[in-house]
Amino acid sequence: MISITRRRLIGSLGMGAGGLLLSGCDRIAASPKVQSVLQLGEGLTMRAQRLVTDRTALAREFSAADMSPVFRTNGNDMPESDEYQAHAANGFADWRLKVDGLVRRPLALSLAQIKAMPARTQITRHDCVEGWSAIGKWTGLPLKLALDAAGLLPSARYLVFHCADDFDGDPYYESIDLIDAFHPQTILAWAMNDRPLSIGHGAPLRLRVERQLGYKQAKYVMRIEATDSLRAIGGGKGGYWEDSAGYQWYAGI
Amino acid sequence: MESDQTEQPARARGSLIYRQPRAVRLWHWLNALAVIVLLMSGLMIFNAHPMLYWGHYGANHEMPWLEIGSTGARGFLRIGHVTIPTTGVLGLAGGDERAFPALVTIPSHYDLAAARQWHFFFAWVLVLPGLGFWLWGFLSRHIQRDLAPTARELRPASLWHDIKDHARLRFPTGEAARRYNILQKLSYMGVIFLLLPTMVLTGLTMSPGIDAAWPWLLDLFGGRQSARSIHFICASLLVGFVLVHLTMVMLAGPLNELRSIVTGWYRLPRERSR
Repeated sequence: MISITRRRLIGSLGMGAGGLLLSGCDRIAASPKVQSVLQLGEGLTMRAQRLVTDRTALAREFSAADMSPVFRTNGNDMPESDEYQAHAANGFADWRLKVDGLVRRPLALSLAQIKAMPARTQITRHDCVEGWSAIGKWTGLPLKLALDAAGLLPSARYLVFHCADDFDGDPYYESIDLIDAFHPQTILAWAMNDRPLSIGHGAPLRLRVERQLGYKQAKYVMRIEATDSLRAIGGGKGGYWEDSAGYQWYAGI
Repeated sequence: MESDQTEQPARARGSLIYRQPRAVRLWHWLNALAVIVLLMSGLMIFNAHPMLYWGHYGANHEMPWLEIGSTGARGFLRIGHVTIPTTGVLGLAGGDERAFPALVTIPSHYDLAAARQWHFFFAWVLVLPGLGFWLWGFLSRHIQRDLAPTARELRPASLWHDIKDHARLRFPTGEAARRYNILQKLSYMGVIFLLLPTMVLTGLTMSPGIDAAWPWLLDLFGGRQSARSIHFICASLLVGFVLVHLTMVMLAGPLNELRSIVTGWYRLPRERSR
């Protein structure tokens, strides 16, 4: 008698709890008050992480033997705009990276100029918000050098990366704060796995901000804008996925 | 069972004792809430990439050791080379091609961003009260006095005796019911000092920011994808613990057990006639 009771019990407990929570949770989750409380956790998480993390703490760098045999592409793998297509067709010879906004000397750098500047190479792990990871080798210009050349104004707080790709007409963009911008591993990568960056992985230039998730690693970077606030840009939340699907701006977790 | 009901009135009811201090009750319920929300939001997060790997990297081109998915009209769970059909439960349920069905995820629809927000908020509800409970537990000596197994209890003969009693569903009565029995102690200690800390540490190992600050986490668990796998395994073990725990509550007398974890007061079960 007891064994039947126990079996039925386990099943009914599981089903009952699930069913009750199912309808309840979605209703609770939709409330703006609940949303604002949950966002407190997000702020707490970022501050706690920053508290225990040295500003210059490096993401682990791996050896060539540790690299993923195949590094999958994700997100857009071919920007659709005519402008980008034209740049791609002539090998990005006329393409220029603009650095503007709150800077003393706005820049327009050619790919050749960027490649002639000092480069950093790092074999790092790329973590998608969905859960997978891939290890690849990135070579590029430390962002700090570009920022030093442009001369950030004291009022600058964030860097916004405007990209050539879009989702249904909404342009991709991302943003980081100056702690990550001046981090030694934050680079504008123009090569991957010892080859020129492919279009699938973001040619001609892709941001690598190694202590954050994949959606922060903006591909097809066209323009870097220094700003004091993210409110006036896009949907105001600091990035395409942040605006369109509510992903966390701080993607260190 | 029947003989119990016809026992002498003097032994019909055991005495009421104060068994659960306030800190235990408070932490129990906060932790129960945190674990349920973390589990359900965690299952939604898993649904975003329902494959598990070992090592530092792992993505669609690698062979996962565990995968939940669907092919055509069939849902499956694959572990290593063993494929188990799970249509209607995992992989494919109610026409939805999702690893875990809507019934057990937060939110019930696919929303990775929202699931992460729930998960990381309730991670704080797990960690902060958990640390508080550890601190209180050691300072009040609850852990040393009530939870730590004694050398005598750990003897194989006494362990075996307790296992046999559990298998026969013979629970301690009278004075013996004041204390946790050895299987209870081991499972509670295992959850408090092994499973929950491993959940938190493997969770932190999946954070690229924390990996930069504490790279030893990567060495401890053998990489981010291993940490993700261990996180999932420990979550499954916690589900197992909760199911056994609830079953034991139901078998040992749900109202009395529930009263003790809500009010602190517990009625000692009648002495069993030998």
